[in-house]
Parts: sequence; structure tokens; C-alpha cells
Amino acid sequence: MVTVRTRSWSRPRSIADAERGRVFPVVNAVLLSIVVLVTVYPFATIVARSFSGEGEIRSGQVSVIPRGFNLTTYKLVMSDATFWVNYRNTVVYTVTATVVAMVLTTCYAYVLSKKNLKGRGALIGIAVFTMFFTGGLIPNYVLVTSLGLKNSVWAIALPNAINVFNLLVMKAFFESLPGDLEEAAAVDGLSTYGILLRIVLPLSKAVIATMVLFYSVTFWNSWFSAFLYMDRVDLFPVTVYLRNLIAGAATATSVGSSKDSLAQTAANIQAVTMVLTVLPIMLVYPFIQRYFVSGVMLGAVKG
Amino acid sequence: MSAPVTSDPPAAAPEAGQALARAARPAPVRRRTWRQAFRRDWQLYSLAVLPLVFFVVFRYLPMAGNVIAFRRFQPGGSIFGDQWVGLRYVRLFLHDPTFWKVFGNTLTLGVLSLLVCFPLPIVLALLLNEMRRRRLKRFVQSVSYLPHFLSIVVVAGFILQITAVDGTVNQVLKGLGHAPITFIQQPEWFRAIYVSSEAWQTVGWGSILYLAALTTIDSDLYEAARIDGASRWRQTWHVTLPGIRPTMITLLILNIGTFMAVGFEKILLIYNPLTYPTADVISTYVYRMGVVSNSFSYAAAIGLFEAIIGLVLVFTANQISRRAVGTSLW
Repeated sequence: MVTVRTRSWSRPRSIADAERGRVFPVVNAVLLSIVVLVTVYPFATIVARSFSGEGEIRSGQVSVIPRGFNLTTYKLVMSDATFWVNYRNTVVYTVTATVVAMVLTTCYAYVLSKKNLKGRGALIGIAVFTMFFTGGLIPNYVLVTSLGLKNSVWAIALPNAINVFNLLVMKAFFESLPGDLEEAAAVDGLSTYGILLRIVLPLSKAVIATMVLFYSVTFWNSWFSAFLYMDRVDLFPVTVYLRNLIAGAATATSVGSSKDSLAQTAANIQAVTMVLTVLPIMLVYPFIQRYFVSGVMLGAVKG
Repeated sequence: MSAPVTSDPPAAAPEAGQALARAARPAPVRRRTWRQAFRRDWQLYSLAVLPLVFFVVFRYLPMAGNVIAFRRFQPGGSIFGDQWVGLRYVRLFLHDPTFWKVFGNTLTLGVLSLLVCFPLPIVLALLLNEMRRRRLKRFVQSVSYLPHFLSIVVVAGFILQITAVDGTVNQVLKGLGHAPITFIQQPEWFRAIYVSSEAWQTVGWGSILYLAALTTIDSDLYEAARIDGASRWRQTWHVTLPGIRPTMITLLILNIGTFMAVGFEKILLIYNPLTYPTADVISTYVYRMGVVSNSFSYAAAIGLFEAIIGLVLVFTANQISRRAVGTSLW
């Protein structure tokens, strides 16, 4: 998607330019290599830590190569029932919230893509205004609490059901579909619902896949809604599980060195939990990355 | 950055015009009344009902709920509060030294992140643009987008582990013969940690839109510049940068708009009472006052103040940009 047209260098260049031509690519390659290394380093060090022994980490020996290699920490984390309960919660929340979000976003985007619809401008305005002004944390918290959504998946799914950016991407896609097909279907007596379900959606598989990815990655990664609205450990998603490990470690270290061993065990476990949380996303990342990029571009160009 | 980017005037008005023009072609030139519109398109409108309920309940009700900033609120009572108290809570926070402290911290972190995180994606995009080897370029891009897909909790975990006493930074310090530093507990280190991790998270993904803008630059312009004897550096300066200027300005306006809402979730995860002097920002203070201490009205008053500043900032930036360079969001 983001490939840039290469310019032809067929014309003879000046001497100075040729000189630059030799030096600059090297400098550029070095700089970009640094970008890659800096980006990858934290991943590498966490993976190394997850396989390392406690003592080796504590004495500061672990950077990107595991020291005192062992799988004990993995066994420890994976034998924790709470971890699996929370992991399952993450899956359930992600699927539920994504389904709700997709239904609402698709319906609204389809309506907004109809340029002849009376009141369309207002409908768009209602959505876009919320990009610049939101109610804020406290009124949202008060609302969700008073609706009785606490400790249920709806506290996560409903308040985040439509992401306006995703909405505009979908709207742009629907607008780009040829109108003739829909008109023909309408002439054949298909209702609006029928047109959406049988004509438009089958033509929109690419954008639907992109949106499902956008939403599911967001919900998979989210922690704050669950942190706010879930009171019981068996309802936490894995991100909150991880957050509690991190917070626990932070308190242990700030309390003093007497808790060192506790904090150190946590460093191991933290690393493993991070690896296990990120793993699903890293596994699909190479295959889905281009969808994200194309989605952003569609939103940027047409939005 | 996750917002529509357009350098054109508002979408709604001309589109409405087009819509009218199109509707007018087959039918006589006459606006449809609401009744006619409903009779014709009721199925479409019915599809909008649930989304509208969503917007009203979860977006506009909370906006209205900000009224508790001026009313006494009791947990369990009406979400709009029970009784008017006027500007009591506003006065309270204006006289609260902690508020001014967190206000200052918010501005500092906002300015620092803008200064660092706004230019970096542009530099990366320019470097990538000069990379002639396709596959290498694709690889660098794929890697640089990676942090964008991480949960902020994992990012926080990375930060805590790398800055830990046994972490990478202290390993380097040790190698240089320096005593270890407990970075995460020292207020004077918080800003550096925050801004550098922010840069790590955003630089790759932020370069996408610039790379897209770069592909739209007419290659004839480069050809002409070369014929005029412009070096590669001068081509970058006189052709490339002006070519991506609208994108730069649009993203700058959007960045300014989100300036006050500095990385709330990340700060909440990595700060602690020891680093409050530099790390505590408006949003984290609102969280602690409201959700933790149950002073809902007081926290709502501060939150509303923050939201209004954000709105004013984005409108101002937009106006200035429209006047000065003719590019604006709407």
C-alpha cells in the first residue's frame, strides 16, 4: 500500500550528486537499521527475560540472550487457573464487543453513504462532533454505573460500540461502490435490508475484514474499561491480570529492598505474561498488517 | 492521527449540494419534505436508529452529564445531580494548588511530546522514501508499525522492565561505571521516560500518512528540479517538503487538539506517588479524585475544563492554519 514510486535515475547526474549518491544510501541504511533495532529491542529483552532464571535477571545479566535458560516460569504462569480464566474472558469480551461494534458501525456507515438521504449532514455531524468533544471520564463512569452495566461485558462493549474513524472508513468504502447494482436490485424489488445483506455486504468483504481487525485488536488490547467496571478477579481480561502484576511489582519495589525476592519473581512472571498476551497479535500481525495500512489510507484519503 | 484527513473545505456542505443536484436531475427541482423522505427511505432511517441510540446514550448523555460539575451529585442518585451549587466546584479547583501543579505537568508533557513526536514520523517517512531497495523498505515499515498494535499495558510493562534496576538502561550505566538509578521512582526522570516511550510507540505508525502523501508528489517536479541542478537535499527541501505540507498541517492541528489528553492510560500505569510531582496530569488527577475518592462533581468540573481547553485549542489551531496557509480540517 505504502510503496513509493521509485524515481528513474536515468539522467546523468552532477558530480556532487553522484558523490552524495554514494554516501547517502549508506547513512540512510544505518539510520533505518537503528530504527529497526530500537523498535525490536524491547520485544527481544522481554522474550529473553521470560526464559531466564531469577538470579540472572536480578544481577542484571539478561539483555537479549536468555541466561539460566528455563521454562519454569512459563509452567508457573500457565498453571495459574486465574490466568486462563482471564485469558478466556479476553476472548469472550473481544468477540462480543467486536460483533456489537460491527453491526452498529456497518448499519450507520451504510446509511451515511447514501448521498441523497435527507438529514444525512446532521447524521454525519452527530458522529463527527464526538471526535472533538467527549463527555469525559467522570460522566461516563457515572452513566455506566447507574445503567447497572458494572461487572458485565456490556460495560466494555456498549460504550465503545462505534469508533468514528472506523465509521468514516466504512462510509468511504460504501460510497466508492458502484451504485448501479443497488439500483438494479431495488428495481427487482429488493428492500433496503435485502440490498445491504445480499448486494453490498458481499461486495465489502475486504473492508469488513479490515474493520473486524481494527476492532478486535482494540478490544483485545483494552484494559481500562475492564479495570474501571469489573470488580471481581474472575471477570478480568488478561490485560488487567497483567496490569495487576505490574502494579504489584511496582509497589513491592517502592516499599523497599526487603521485598526484593517478591519483586524479582514478578519480573519473570511479568515477562511471561507479556509474551503470552502479545503472542496472538504477533502471530497474525504479518498477515494482517497490510489491511490496517490500507484501512488507514482509505480513511485518510476519503475521510 | 486516527481521524479523517482532508485539506478540502467541509465535507457536508458541498456534498449536500451535490446530493440536491443529483436528486434534482430526475425529479422536478424541489426539496423533499421530511414526510416524503421518511416514506421513501424509512428502511434506511430504521438502520440508523440503534447507532443513534448509541450516540445519544454513550456520547451525548455523558456530555450533558458534565452538568454535575455545577450540581451536587450523590452516588446512586440522578446522573445529573440533585441540586444546583453554581460555580462552587470550579472555584474549589481554581484554588487547589494540586490542580495547578497537574495543569503545569499536563502542559509540559504535552509540549514535549509534540516537539518530539510530531517531527519524528516525518523524518522517518523521508528516510524511507529515499530507500531504494523495496523489500528492505517494506521490512523496516512492517517492524516500525509493530508498537502500534501493542496493548498499552504491555508497553508499560516494557518501560518498567527496561528502566528497572536490573534492566537494560542500568546495565549500560553499570558498564560505564555508573551506580544504578531507580528511574521509575524519580520525578526528574519521568518526562524523559514518558516522551521517549511515546516516540517509540508512535513514530512508525505516524509515518504512514506521510508516505502516502509522498506517493502523490508529481515525479515531473523532481525531474524539473534535477534539470535545474538541484541536489538531492535541495529536492527534498523544495519539492518533497512542500508536497507533504498539507498532511503535516492537518496532523499538527489534530495533535494540538489531543494535546491536553496526554497519554492518560500510560501514565496511570507507570506513575506512582513518588513521581507525582512531574507525572501527575489533569486526567490522572480527575481519575483519582472521581473514581478513587468519589468526589464526582469536583472531578467532573476539572474534566470539563480540560475538554473545553482541548476544543478551544483545536478550533484555534484550525482557524490559524486556515488563515495562514489555507489548510484546515473543516
